[in-house]
Amino acid sequence: MSAPSVDSVGVSADTPTGPPAGNGGSGYARFVLRRLVASVITLFGITIVSFGISVLVPVRAETVNLSQQALANPEVVAAFRAKFGLDLPIWEQYLRYLGGLLHGDLGLSQQTGNPVSTDLANYAPATLELVVYATLMSLVAGVVFGIIAAAMRNRWPDHLARIVSLVGVSLPTYWLALVGSTLFFRQLGWLPGSGRLDATMMPPPRVTGFYTVDSLLAGQFDVFQSAVAHLVLPASILAISTLGMILRFTRSSVLDGLGTDAVKAAKVKGLPTHRVLMRYGVRMASSPIITVAALSFGFLLAATVYVEQIFSWGGMGQYAYRASTNLDLSAITGISVVVAVIFLLVNFLADLLASAFDPRIRLQ
Amino acid sequence: MSILEVTGLTVTRPDGVRLVDEVTFDVDRAEVVGIVGESGSGKTMTGMALLGLVPEPLAVGGSIRLNGRELVTQSQRQWQQTRGREIAMVLQDPSSALHPMLKLGEQLTDHLRSHLGMRPKAARARALELLEQVHLPDGEDILRRFPHQLSGGMKQRVAIAIALACEPSVLVADEVTTALDANIRVGILRLLDELRRTTGMGIMFITHDLAMLSSFADRVSVFRRGEIVEQAAANELFADPQHPYTHELLDAVPSIPWKMVDLEPVGSPGEGTLDDD
Repeated sequence: MSAPSVDSVGVSADTPTGPPAGNGGSGYARFVLRRLVASVITLFGITIVSFGISVLVPVRAETVNLSQQALANPEVVAAFRAKFGLDLPIWEQYLRYLGGLLHGDLGLSQQTGNPVSTDLANYAPATLELVVYATLMSLVAGVVFGIIAAAMRNRWPDHLARIVSLVGVSLPTYWLALVGSTLFFRQLGWLPGSGRLDATMMPPPRVTGFYTVDSLLAGQFDVFQSAVAHLVLPASILAISTLGMILRFTRSSVLDGLGTDAVKAAKVKGLPTHRVLMRYGVRMASSPIITVAALSFGFLLAATVYVEQIFSWGGMGQYAYRASTNLDLSAITGISVVVAVIFLLVNFLADLLASAFDPRIRLQ
Repeated sequence: MSILEVTGLTVTRPDGVRLVDEVTFDVDRAEVVGIVGESGSGKTMTGMALLGLVPEPLAVGGSIRLNGRELVTQSQRQWQQTRGREIAMVLQDPSSALHPMLKLGEQLTDHLRSHLGMRPKAARARALELLEQVHLPDGEDILRRFPHQLSGGMKQRVAIAIALACEPSVLVADEVTTALDANIRVGILRLLDELRRTTGMGIMFITHDLAMLSSFADRVSVFRRGEIVEQAAANELFADPQHPYTHELLDAVPSIPWKMVDLEPVGSPGEGTLDDD
């Protein structure tokens, strides 16, 4: 090497060159696209699994659906199997199922006689309302206590938080639901213990399917009050079941954040303690906290099955409970697909949110 | 008169072991004092003590006088006012010391606002001045950027700019060139050398690389196991080291393979003289 290399060394040592080129916009679009493609692939996998359930469960559709007499007649059975495509090879059945899914056709529920899609459209908002409020409650409480526990590490608030999260993690949801219902509804009578509204009330005109929102939109404050009163107990029970996870996760992520050089640098600058904690420490923990929020939403979509059953909530969870105890296969697969889609959507939103907080994801 | 006088400084563990043991040194205006020693010799702990950031169970004793004012006995609240304002620090690795999720504009201005009560606009103008002072062109652009969009050398310049913001009397530079590529180091050393001349700020330069101090430091303190074993003007120390440990340190400087010397006539970063331009 001769003159040019010497020059280049000199340049990099003396005059810094401009920032490396990198336009944010296109990188972000690529990131979103990548997440979308990943979601679609996952969705595809989900359809295989949910179809697999209906194939693998050792139930013959004709035994469930046809009378004893009809079963005795091979022609009727063959006609039945042909009508529902059960005589086709597996892969063709799957393609049919997929084609139906694309048109929003999830099959007929044997318990209700309605299309599963209609049932789910009726039941899903009730579940979503419950799970959304439960997630918000556990998120706010878990993040706040998690930050306090991290900031006051090894002092009494931290010990208290440890006990709370241990209790939250250890107690099974169905037990909490039973005890909560017995105590606050049956014994104390403080809170309503079943349904989404008082029995005498009509649901508000449907806009979002969330009673708390629709009642306000319709200006029916008594309905709103009743909806909130009915939400308190089941939502709190669901919230407690993920509070522990969110709290511990937040605590450890914030502690990690507080241990970074960036936080040390913020202290060295002489910034006020609260700013070091919130702006530098907690900010560092934002993406794990968003991740755990999405995870806990998914967990609650499953946990809600017990809670809805005990509180006669009339949502997707209760529908799922009845479908699985009655071997209502199209309802079971339909619920699996819809819950999976909701969870995928939440994860996708969580990714977008995390990238909004972390430019390293957004601008790479 | 010295702007920073450290007398009999100790950092003691609860079990009585002294991590920093009766250390005494001072830093004059526009002076570079090199602190050299192997890892665990107490040099970084001394730096943390100067910032009042010695972690919990450890106790600080002795005296630190900055511009004639005693720091060791002051309250946490007073320390907060001192840090970043009268005494600033630059950390070793700029990639981790800058917050990855905050724009550099914010990281360059938030202490200007909390220490000096500057309005956002004034703080931004000051930040641009600072970037110019550390020779980063296109300041407006840098303020809008996140750390990962800059090179290592640029990040360290930004970190130095952050430290300069409130015009501190003393800058503690803790291994500030260690994490950087060899060819960037000279630039950073030159910058620090220039800044102490233009601002009159004293620099306490912590390093494990004794050779780096030869042309840069005015005086050198050699740390070993929490104590200063030798303290002398830089040229004397290099010409005639007294303590056997200093000899060891000088011997530990790797000799540069002749091939590399042959390839890079600009000189190795540690040995390049700084005031040749």
